[in-house]
Amino acid sequence: MDMPQPDQAILASRDTVLSRLRAVLPADAVISDPAETRAYECDALTAYRCAPLAVVLPRSTAEVSAVLRTCSALGVKVVPRGSGTSLAGGAFPTADCVVLGVARMNAVIETDYENRYIKVQTGRTNLAVTGAVEADGWFYAPDPSSQLACAIAGNIAMNSGGAHCLKYGVTTNNLLGVTLVLMSGEVVEIGGPWSDAPGLDLLGVICGSEGQLGVVTEATLRILPKPEGARPVLMGFAANEVAGACVADIIKAGLLPVAIEFMDRPCIRACEAFAHAGYPDCEALLIIEVEGSPAEIDAQLARIKEIAQRHNPVAYRESGSEEESKKIWLGRKSAFGAMGQIADYMCLDGTIPVSELPYVLRRIGEMSAAVGLSVANVFHAGDGNMHPLILYNANKPGDLELCETLGADILKLCVEVGGCLTGEHGVGVEKRDLMTVQFSPADLEAQLRVKDVFDPGWLLNPAKVFPLEATASRRAG
Amino acid sequence: MKDVMKPENEAELSEMVRAAAGPLSLRGGGTRGLAYGSGAVLETGGVAGIRLYEPGALTLVAGAGTPLDEVESVLAGERQRLAFEVPDMRAALGRDGISTLGGVAAMNASGPRRVQAGAARDHMIGLRFVDGMGTVVKSGGRVMKNVTGLDLVKLLAGSQGTLGVITEVAFKVQAIPETEVTLQAEVGRAAGLALLRQALGSPFEVSGAACGSFGAVLRIEGMAASVRYRAAALKALLGGDWAEIDGSALWAGIRDGGALGAGALWRVSVKPTEAERVVAALTGVQHEATFDWGGGLIWIAVQGRADGGAALIRGAVAGVGHATLVRGPAGVPVFQPEAAGVAALSTALRAKFDPRGILNAGIFDQGAFG
Repeated sequence: MDMPQPDQAILASRDTVLSRLRAVLPADAVISDPAETRAYECDALTAYRCAPLAVVLPRSTAEVSAVLRTCSALGVKVVPRGSGTSLAGGAFPTADCVVLGVARMNAVIETDYENRYIKVQTGRTNLAVTGAVEADGWFYAPDPSSQLACAIAGNIAMNSGGAHCLKYGVTTNNLLGVTLVLMSGEVVEIGGPWSDAPGLDLLGVICGSEGQLGVVTEATLRILPKPEGARPVLMGFAANEVAGACVADIIKAGLLPVAIEFMDRPCIRACEAFAHAGYPDCEALLIIEVEGSPAEIDAQLARIKEIAQRHNPVAYRESGSEEESKKIWLGRKSAFGAMGQIADYMCLDGTIPVSELPYVLRRIGEMSAAVGLSVANVFHAGDGNMHPLILYNANKPGDLELCETLGADILKLCVEVGGCLTGEHGVGVEKRDLMTVQFSPADLEAQLRVKDVFDPGWLLNPAKVFPLEATASRRAG
Repeated sequence: MKDVMKPENEAELSEMVRAAAGPLSLRGGGTRGLAYGSGAVLETGGVAGIRLYEPGALTLVAGAGTPLDEVESVLAGERQRLAFEVPDMRAALGRDGISTLGGVAAMNASGPRRVQAGAARDHMIGLRFVDGMGTVVKSGGRVMKNVTGLDLVKLLAGSQGTLGVITEVAFKVQAIPETEVTLQAEVGRAAGLALLRQALGSPFEVSGAACGSFGAVLRIEGMAASVRYRAAALKALLGGDWAEIDGSALWAGIRDGGALGAGALWRVSVKPTEAERVVAALTGVQHEATFDWGGGLIWIAVQGRADGGAALIRGAVAGVGHATLVRGPAGVPVFQPEAAGVAALSTALRAKFDPRGILNAGIFDQGAFG
């Protein structure tokens, strides 16, 4: 992966940058010791590392504004960072940048059950948002699997989803308002605890903009009353096609499970070996979860069972207790850990139309065999968001490159069948250069124009999202 | 009579925009948009047809000129629907014509189910549009989860035609529930609004929460057993006397402008607990109000004020929401003025997408409904 050459003039003026930042921030908010800045050299895309010029950890919107105004005046690039859990390199620094971490901004500003929202500083973790309202019977719906660690700032930047977004939508559907600090330092309030915008839906384009447009310091989020209960069912099938057809029938029947998770045989075996969840040894496995009162759950599961049985499941297990529910989810939730035990892996995130599932799984199997790297598939079946895990050996020369090539080919396949490169992880640096597979130059140009408006100097989160070639003239400007 | 351009497809439309010598007034079916300003009318009705419909994937893609009726009837054939309950504004605006998908998208037209299912923009998963230079642009796609690149779909949703002419829209659709019931209670405004908020704060998944001259109403949809259970649970939670009624006509009225009488008509988005205070600002002025979205949306009809009540309503809603004049006196700005920072970004975005300023030019500043 290419990154632009660092700006030598900025590197040379490091002391000036640091003293200017120290002039506007408390002493402990500026980190410049290389031993400490190393902690910020990568996010969860650990294959690439680069220590930044400096790291700042502001505590307020005013301090964020001061940092951006200062960097803007000096022409220094800024990489915003939530908790650094991006799998796409969304918070990957450059040597000539200042990393702006929002981790110290984690307060709850306001909780309002009557109007069903919570307002938080965006360094707060996803799970801690639910944590703030849980005791009163409420929750925040988007639930990325990194929710224990990931920050709301990153959720907004990547428009994060999660297993339960089939019913509740992703971040953009649960975000009501933001405080946005522009690269110029200007603070803009967008939206609030009411619906829609009087003019253009700026909130809609800010959510998912991967730190390209501004730094979100505060967010107003929709919270929901917790359902009375939830229960999963596990079913195994003799072929991927059959499991896919079962999913389509459940959706067509008008049932709305909160989650429909799919695992293929390589994934089932790895998870079983790791977690001993008692999964059946079969070609494809579905975990479907429904919510409601016990009677409502019974009624929904009866309908789901009736549909599943038309597809001759080789296994069917409905949870009868909290403990059994946990066991059903155990394997799925440890899928990534299980893969980590076997090998290094790269996690892809393309989305496909659900009707293309059997074809895509077959093609992935063929492509994987052709290059000699194993691929295990686990994904959110209700919405077609796939997570193929490519296994490789980081210590074997050439393996990472082989893995990346296979990954790119799988993502191209997703686009070819009518899908997209990324369903919930974001483009970051990882898929930046594949954007031309999905978008025409005109499509990309329209996106670049939005960036021009919010960050005319192209200093925010440089060399991400858009192919380097498409942005070269702007970045040079 | 004004010139009306009627392209038959996206390529023709793109060429017409590129060649345009002056302002263009965009028009789908003319059932819900702002009154047309100067310049030739560009009608999208010819750019029509359902391009893809996969009931098992809950996805439908159609040309912007496709009539809403056609889409709804095709969806109904598979027992599916657009979840966001599109308002039909013809009666309220004194219009005729046929609503099109492009108009729905450009207006982000959403009805009572928004409290549960979200707005039109939440169901728009992809679109194609022609910008002010005639360039065809696509964003999003036909899959439900997609974070690839900036989300121009949301930016275009509700943009009133000012960033581009929408030519194709992809929607996420929803299965029609097995059954529904509406609970109705005869209560006053303050008590009614409090009950709506309490219901929306319960786990019983209300898909409509309104109050007005008809008292307070709550809609519950789903499988028969579940609807029965939740109706009983809500009654127990809220107390009082709730009748179970067939609410379809009532919800259509609420959806289509609040079922109010004559006068200037306002659509006010507000923090729900502020709804009563906003309407109280009109004390002494002849008016009627219907509250939807648990108080988050107020339809207000105002009579006998030269400004349609703009000063009172906009003053009361400042900082807690925004008010749009849907029908009313000429010369009154349609939209709530934006804060300076937001307005500057919006103006700059319009200039980027439509540098000649020809697409529904000035609609946000001077627009007026006819």
